Amino acid sequence: MATTTAKPAAIADGVTKAVLTHDDRRALLRYMLLMRATEERALTLYRQGKVPGSYYDGRGQEAISVGSAFALGPRDRTCILHRDLGAHLIRGVRPGRVLAQMMGRAGGVTGGRDGNMHFGDKELGAVGMVSMLPDMALVTCGLALAFQMRKEPRVAMTWFGEGSTANGQWHEAMNVAGVKKLPAVFILENNQFAYSTPNEREFAVDVVERARGYGFPGVKVDGNDVEAVFYAAAEACERARRGEGSTLIEAETMRMHGHGAHDDMRYVPKELFEVWEKRDPVDRYEKKLSDDSIDIEAIRASVKEEIEKETEWALEQPMPDPATAREGVFATSDPVMGDGNAPWSHWKQEAGNA
Amino acid sequence: MPELTYLQAISDGLREEMRADETVFCLGEDIGAFGGAFKVTDGFIEEFGADRVWDTPLAENAIIGAAVGAAVEGLRPVCEMQFADFISCGFDQLVNVAAKMHYRQGLAVPMVVRLPSGGGFSGGPFHSQNPEAWFLQSPGLKVVAPSTAQDAKGLLSAAIRDPNPVVYLEHKHLYRRVKGDVPEGRYEVPLGKARVAREGTDLSVIAYGAMVGVALEATEDLEGASVEVIDLRSLVPLDRDAILASVRKTSKVVVLHEATRSCGVGAEVCALIAEEAFEDLDGPVVRVTAPDTPIPFSPPLERAVLPQLDDVKEACRELLAY
Repeated sequence: MATTTAKPAAIADGVTKAVLTHDDRRALLRYMLLMRATEERALTLYRQGKVPGSYYDGRGQEAISVGSAFALGPRDRTCILHRDLGAHLIRGVRPGRVLAQMMGRAGGVTGGRDGNMHFGDKELGAVGMVSMLPDMALVTCGLALAFQMRKEPRVAMTWFGEGSTANGQWHEAMNVAGVKKLPAVFILENNQFAYSTPNEREFAVDVVERARGYGFPGVKVDGNDVEAVFYAAAEACERARRGEGSTLIEAETMRMHGHGAHDDMRYVPKELFEVWEKRDPVDRYEKKLSDDSIDIEAIRASVKEEIEKETEWALEQPMPDPATAREGVFATSDPVMGDGNAPWSHWKQEAGNA
Repeated sequence: MPELTYLQAISDGLREEMRADETVFCLGEDIGAFGGAFKVTDGFIEEFGADRVWDTPLAENAIIGAAVGAAVEGLRPVCEMQFADFISCGFDQLVNVAAKMHYRQGLAVPMVVRLPSGGGFSGGPFHSQNPEAWFLQSPGLKVVAPSTAQDAKGLLSAAIRDPNPVVYLEHKHLYRRVKGDVPEGRYEVPLGKARVAREGTDLSVIAYGAMVGVALEATEDLEGASVEVIDLRSLVPLDRDAILASVRKTSKVVVLHEATRSCGVGAEVCALIAEEAFEDLDGPVVRVTAPDTPIPFSPPLERAVLPQLDDVKEACRELLAY
């Protein structure tokens, strides 16, 4: 029940078996680069007037969604936030469908029914977010409840900003997760600002300390260190699978773009950007892998090639047919969710052993 | 066929669905050891266990939000709001998460939210409401309101088996007052189908829930007039054909509900008639509803607000004489 504030749980507990191979580490970098490239391209499309509404991204937070989602097994389920494109990419959403989604095209994940990052591919085990935060934390509890009731060793993972922790539904979710010992992993992305409101106006305690109040561990990690996030998430997933309940992981980071593309961030002290720019998660990991003699240029080149192809595909997608606007309000058959990709080498070994 | 109360019929329907389908489970406040505030789930925890009869913390958004997650993962949750009024505390999960899920993502959410609703027992402003109109403005939700024991069971079964979120309004005043022969075993009363509660030719009263009984009693002996009573049963989908067929037959319509007046179900029914059956009318469409006030506590005040037998009689007499 101790709340660690210095090291990831994985290291603190010393019980994790999580191991990252060199291929895993290449994959981690590739997903971070792919997230950044997709979002940079989406921002360009926004500036070209091809993205209706506003535009939201997770610049500077790539290590969090990539590191945490990388720990997930195929049958785990996700409720992914709008700063966490990396999680969608890991689970198998191709960038072209994301770009088409942003542009309101028929080929987007929701076919134009919803915009920007408001999507979840049910075929890949994701339940898409709504704008009301943190509603999906409760849906995550429900997913975890289903696993628990059926005695399945599966995990539900969700992401939310520190701003969400001020909302009553967050408290309801944490309380239910604690009372029921649900196999849920809650990733709290502390990106310093809830839109324009800084931490000191959001809560009167160190936010990770709140976990203790709900009866499960809270872990603080460097949210710009993809491996640290991964190890913490892997340990939290393992705990959940062992039936030991939920974990709150606070990943400290900085939102390097505005809340949306319309936000000039006038409320952020300039020095803060300078400090966090030096901690950029992608730069840091590139350096780390280069130091370990991993060819990062090859990874960069393959991401660049992929994003060009995907953009081309997205731009070819037609707009949705207005005649279909009234369709699908009601379901006519029961829900069917598919499984997500699980690129961590651990899952390939599991499948091999099965 | 055994005679059951409306409450026993709800209980029976839920029990039968839980026995037949292990994915069906219920969750709500005090529904386990206590059997629910109104005893709908009395004995359930003993038969089905605490996993499938979950006594939740006092957190309505948690009840509905957790149900959404469980539903998309293949379970069929049946939520109980202790009183319909408390749905306001779970409103967000219902109207934003559950209702829009299929339209946005093609992901069905098969779940039921039971709402013990209605007044007439000095419940006051927070234990007497009829909040159905809130949900008519939330595309993606189905809404039902049975008036008989037989429909209470059959509509609940249909709601549980439906792949959409269904708001099930069970009127508290009917719980132990209404009795009827209820078939044993599982059966469905289809969602979206109204019922002719009594055939008639001179005037139609269109009602649902507790007001169906009031309509029948008020028009039983109205100076020999032949009054048809339509029980809507489902508010979403609304059985437009049944409404219009009755209007075309009688040409005079009283729309009756216990909920408040403005933008209520009655307003929608009136608008439908005005748009689709104007030429068939032989008098103005009349609404009998609660006024736009909260439901007061003290008996004389509450009686003054909720539609009474005499209000219905008077409205019918005036319209018959038009």
